[in-house]
Amino acid sequence: MPPVRMKGDGRKAKNPKKTLLRLFSYTKPYRINLLLVVICILLSSFATALSSYSLDPLINNYIKPLTGQNNPDYMPLIRFLFGMGVVYMLGIISSFLYSFLMVKVGQGTQKQIRDDMFRHMQKLPIRYFDTHPAGDVMSRYTADIDTLRQMITQALPNCISSIATLVTVFVLMLKSSLILTAVMMVTAFGILYVTKTVAMHSAKFFIGQQKSLGAVNSYVEEMISGQRVVKVFCREETCKGEFNTINEELRKDAFKAGAFTNMMGPVNNNLGYIQYTILAIIGGAVAIGSGGNLLDLGGLAAFLLLSRKFNMPIGQVSNQINAIVMALAGAERIFQLLDEEVEADEGYVTLVNCNTSPDGTVTECAGYTGQWAWKHPHQADGTVTYTPLKGDITMHNVDFGYVSEKTVLHNISLYANPGQKLAFVGATGAGKTTITNLINRFYDIADGKIRYDGININKIRKSDLRRSLGIVLQDTNLFTGTVMENIRYGNLDASDEDCIRAAKTANAHDFITRLPEGYNTQLTGNGAQLSQGQRQLIAIARAAVANPPVMILDEATSSIDTRTEALVQNGMDALMQGRTTFVIAHRLSTVRNADCIMVLENGHIIERGTHQDLIAEKGTYYQLYTGAFELE
Amino acid sequence: MIKTLARSVREYKWAALGSPICMVGEVTMEIFIPLVLAELLRQGIEPGYMPAVWKYGGLLALCALCSLIFGVASAFFAAYASTGFARNLRHDMFARVQTYDFSNIDKFSTSSIVTRLTSDVATLQMTFQMSIRMIFRTPVMLVMALIMAFRISPRLSVIYCITLPLLALGLMLLIKLVHPIFERVFKTYDKLNNVVQENVRGIRVVKSFVREKAEIDKFQETSDTIYKDFTKAERIMAFNSPLMQFAVYACIIVISYLGAKQVVVGEIDTAALTAMFTYTSQILMGLMMMSMVFVMFTMSRAPMKRAYELLTENPALKNPENPVLEVKDGSIDFENVSFRYNEAAGRNALDSIDVHIDAGMTVGVLGVTGSSKSTLVQLIPRLYDVTEGCVKVGGVDVREYDIHTLRDQVSMVLQKNVLFSGTIKDNLRWGNPNATDQEMEHACRLACAHDFIAAFPDGYDTHIEQGGTNVSGGQKQRLCIARALLKKPKILILDDSTSAVDTRTDALIRKAFAQEIPGTTKLIIAQRVASVQDADLILVMEGGKIAAAGTHEELLRTSQIYREVYDSQVKGGEE
Repeated sequence: MPPVRMKGDGRKAKNPKKTLLRLFSYTKPYRINLLLVVICILLSSFATALSSYSLDPLINNYIKPLTGQNNPDYMPLIRFLFGMGVVYMLGIISSFLYSFLMVKVGQGTQKQIRDDMFRHMQKLPIRYFDTHPAGDVMSRYTADIDTLRQMITQALPNCISSIATLVTVFVLMLKSSLILTAVMMVTAFGILYVTKTVAMHSAKFFIGQQKSLGAVNSYVEEMISGQRVVKVFCREETCKGEFNTINEELRKDAFKAGAFTNMMGPVNNNLGYIQYTILAIIGGAVAIGSGGNLLDLGGLAAFLLLSRKFNMPIGQVSNQINAIVMALAGAERIFQLLDEEVEADEGYVTLVNCNTSPDGTVTECAGYTGQWAWKHPHQADGTVTYTPLKGDITMHNVDFGYVSEKTVLHNISLYANPGQKLAFVGATGAGKTTITNLINRFYDIADGKIRYDGININKIRKSDLRRSLGIVLQDTNLFTGTVMENIRYGNLDASDEDCIRAAKTANAHDFITRLPEGYNTQLTGNGAQLSQGQRQLIAIARAAVANPPVMILDEATSSIDTRTEALVQNGMDALMQGRTTFVIAHRLSTVRNADCIMVLENGHIIERGTHQDLIAEKGTYYQLYTGAFELE
Repeated sequence: MIKTLARSVREYKWAALGSPICMVGEVTMEIFIPLVLAELLRQGIEPGYMPAVWKYGGLLALCALCSLIFGVASAFFAAYASTGFARNLRHDMFARVQTYDFSNIDKFSTSSIVTRLTSDVATLQMTFQMSIRMIFRTPVMLVMALIMAFRISPRLSVIYCITLPLLALGLMLLIKLVHPIFERVFKTYDKLNNVVQENVRGIRVVKSFVREKAEIDKFQETSDTIYKDFTKAERIMAFNSPLMQFAVYACIIVISYLGAKQVVVGEIDTAALTAMFTYTSQILMGLMMMSMVFVMFTMSRAPMKRAYELLTENPALKNPENPVLEVKDGSIDFENVSFRYNEAAGRNALDSIDVHIDAGMTVGVLGVTGSSKSTLVQLIPRLYDVTEGCVKVGGVDVREYDIHTLRDQVSMVLQKNVLFSGTIKDNLRWGNPNATDQEMEHACRLACAHDFIAAFPDGYDTHIEQGGTNVSGGQKQRLCIARALLKKPKILILDDSTSAVDTRTDALIRKAFAQEIPGTTKLIIAQRVASVQDADLILVMEGGKIAAAGTHEELLRTSQIYREVYDSQVKGGEE
């Protein structure tokens, strides 16, 4: 039982059959197990049915005849009991085996799906994450997998066993009496109809309950997040009032859903007794009326016993089918993720370690040399050329839109020589971040060309392209683990000394050593125990340890105090040393020394030049600089 | 702990009692029905005596009907009581949180409060419902079935005295074995979810550093642990149902044999023997259910504890007994104030602060992060209580005011401010529920927010998304200022509230303040010297102390820190 107890939202699967089949394909490694499970389930249900069927002969054929005998012969009874014991043991063993074998099938399938999902997710393009809320993606790993697990380990076997019991009992009933079976069927359908109505109501109210629950949860989330504001404005009473209203709504809906769900058991159970009465009366009448020709009294008694075994599985099946349909909706959502198209990578130019001889020829090396080159195989003539990695980036007439109808970047051209610093300035939504999304191919351009060291980046394998680019994002994401591990994220081969050196470069060393356990301090919740500025310093160190020739720096927007800002700025400056750098500036003080500043507006570069050039131009940059415009 | 939580049952007490009472009715019927069935067979079917069939058939139908009514009633009561309990519990917890002061909120994190109010309450609702349905049902079923069995044949029933304890022991052993594994699995699950969450949130970092492989390995490792633990736990649990079956079947066989001997000597008849079989499964089923209830109770111990913590947390501040209900003017005095966030904190956040601010003054506060600027101003509306000394507003100690009166007069724009989902007007009315359109517009003009609001297609009726995500940072800050202005406070505090606003607008807002609300005391915390340099008094904070105080000109002469900050910001810009 996983800790997340959220159930599905009551949605039904769109194509249950297809989903079920696909789900079934996941059990492939466990086919033999599964076969054994089914056999065991069948054996177990058979044993259950047989054991209740045997109670009647036990009493009538083996115990009754002994009544009143002076010297009763217990041997037949003992033999029969022994036979029963064997059947019982068979049932017990098969029921144990099926639970035991099912564990592996259920858990194995679940693990396989979970792992597949995560592995597949790693290959999805950034576009997927930009268009799907994180919570939505998360729920597939929690709620959906959970319902799926319940279905595989509980609902499906239950269903199989219930159906097997039903069939066995049905056959035995047919053997006993055709007439009574007919009566039984009619009443059984009556019961089924009633329970189905109840179940339908329950499902309807369940959806209502989920809706109200969502309303309450999101209200709580919003108000608790803003609790300090509530205090400052003395809004406590108003909030309580608002909360009471939706809380009461939830109670009403939850009550209806709960009441109908709770009713299922007693309704099904007691209608069964009423059915029993009807059977007894009709059966009695037929048996007595026909003088035992159509039905003898012993057979009637046996049939009545059997009928008790018939209702429970019917109720179970209708219950489980509901659960299965619900789980299939979850499975569909999981398969949806698995069917998302992965990030295409047709690149064939790779990044290799190399040695450069004095005459300028480049040779590939297997080990680390500190020098890198692009290995470019030419399909036409089978030759391979090596281009040293320098960090020269050019864009020619690039157009781009996140959706094809709406272009957000128009005709962007830029030239960054190795070691140069380029800055992008402009209002929110002007397209600054978009440009950097194109360089590392988070998104692919619609028109134009981007070249890295003269190679079209479409030809470069994505992983190698990204390895040659360092990035510091404005929203810092740290991972659970020690500070050292977080820095090493930039380069898994880095030694502790490398990481510490990088931290020193980034100006992070001082504050890290002052943490309770220095570099071994455990970070959780995206580094919640650190300040915004400190988190950013770690992110800079992380990029520094990767040591790429090209850096993309997105400045943080939130305000950090001037002293920390200076630290961050110095860290970034140190990082830029000797690298081609793209800076997305939110504060103009940081771009003054850039080799080229580009002012973006609505996806166009409207001004470009050095700080002095642009100030002299007295255009938008000048206005921004003098504080006439808001940057964010 | 349970007592505190049980307080939330309140008006649902009767329903909570009704459910088990009806349940007892249902169980009684369930126990009684096998007897009727036995009679029906013995007196009706076996001899083929139709009147008896009618009689007992009718009785059976009647019992079933009673049982149905009891069952449905119990189902209704249980749902009514448990959802009502959940409502009250949610209400009590929410209301409790509303009494929390800043220091209480600091103690619990936002997400932990949210979890307690949502999924924990849901778990407790389930537990409560299970409890009131099962707590009587199982023991009553067990005891009644035992009594019936003993009545039929005390000698045969001795078998239960052997099987019951053995089965109970077996079930306990299983629970004991499996419980720690489940606990561990839950924690690993949290870890797995955390890996996914960090991965999804930080996907740009993952992809930039080409760490997909490492992430997959990390995930796989956790996933493997879950698989192993879960498999182990479920394999142990696989013994559960066979154990139960074994007990039932063993009883049936033994009872058959011993029962046959009794039948032979005429001590009991065969119908009674059949009834014995039914009771056997009822008795053992009852035990099984008891073990389930037990498991559920242990599982919900953690959420119970969390809810209890929340409900018993006492607000840090208390309203005085005879509160002062009027704030005379906007003057502020800090008299030898020291403050620390909690006893355990090693050092004072504020140390011997002495400062006097006249009503109507504009005061700027500068200092690096961690210099306790926010802490200083949060003492004024009594968001925290001083550790030593006292803070006076309008010449009266803030602890003597009615808290609401004080906070209405001391309006504070927090650093981490939030807008709530609703229209702009809804948000503004937080400042004054009865504000007219004119008043709102006026406040917005003062905060330089009117122009951009008017530019929205829906103007003041524009819908703000949760967290204010559909307005820019600067716009959000100006709306927050307007909201605070609508209180018409005697003291206005801006805690770094214009950091995202451009310098020109920032200046306009300050100018509007000076002209339109001259009588209001204004405290402005800022990073930019430009935001405070016109103030009547500037406080430079360092390490929880006022390092320097004075006007811009004075500080340029006397304070080295101030001069450094000024130089770094202003000179750089003139290069």
